[in-house]
Amino acid sequence: MSDFFSMGGYAMFLWPAYAVTLLAIVINVYTARRDLQQARAEARRRLVAGRPSTADASDSALRVQS
Amino acid sequence: MDWTWFHKFGSPPHVYRLAGLLTPWFAWPAALLILGALYGGLVLAPPDYQQGDGFRIIYVHAPSAWLAVMIYAVMATAAGVGLIWRMKVAHAVAASCAGVGAWFTVVSLLTGMLWGKPMWGTYWVWDPRLTAQLILFFLYLGYMGLRASIDDTSRADRASAVLALVGVVNLPIIRYSVEWWNSIHQAPSVMKMDRPSMPFDMLAPLLAMLLGFTLYFGAVLLIRLRAEILRRERNASWIREELT
Repeated sequence: MSDFFSMGGYAMFLWPAYAVTLLAIVINVYTARRDLQQARAEARRRLVAGRPSTADASDSALRVQS
Repeated sequence: MDWTWFHKFGSPPHVYRLAGLLTPWFAWPAALLILGALYGGLVLAPPDYQQGDGFRIIYVHAPSAWLAVMIYAVMATAAGVGLIWRMKVAHAVAASCAGVGAWFTVVSLLTGMLWGKPMWGTYWVWDPRLTAQLILFFLYLGYMGLRASIDDTSRADRASAVLALVGVVNLPIIRYSVEWWNSIHQAPSVMKMDRPSMPFDMLAPLLAMLLGFTLYFGAVLLIRLRAEILRRERNASWIREELT
């Protein structure tokens, strides 16, 4: 088992490389899901609030009809 | 010829729903492939005759570098489609690519440095391959910076699309840098014309990792795309049906 972790003497290069990659994989899933939840929450808030504010009214031809 | 399928991909509610349905079909195979490839690469594959166990960095380095380049190609293609056919969803795809691409460019550079130190004796050299990959990172940063600096979404879409398309020049430079110049970077082991220069138990985990990373990016892109569509379509009536 310690043979495995020492990686033939390359442990101090190999494991940080794997750690950095794992970190990127996890962070990108986390931020993507968080962004989607925030965008959903924001859209719900706007639906509850009724008409979109006048500042955004020109953004889209299709507006929420409430 | 029936072009309705093409128009459907221009419809934000359709793409929003489709992306939601497709996400698990990318995410689960990606997770299984990456986990399997981890075991194959770290345990089953034999040590390299020159690099010993150090070569195993390839299983995270090559897929990250592949993603960095592949994501840029997807981003530029989507930007081009958005520019030519004025397709808003395509611009949303391009915008969703940049952040992930920048991340994996950094990962490819860092894992490459960690591989370079024991094999070349240095973390960094101004080698054509390494320099071109660093320029790729700056292209992603420039793309995101340009988007962030323009408030009007459709103007930001068009300006950043032009930048993305100009940056495509860098992709063949990255790909062929090790052949055009005397590079310290090793030549490709898998993606070349003749047979891959690896035995099967070394090669299989690498191929699984490459496919796993590609599917992983697909899943992340689909999630990011849905968020991007919701933000862009915040005044559209279909959102009411979708969220209630």
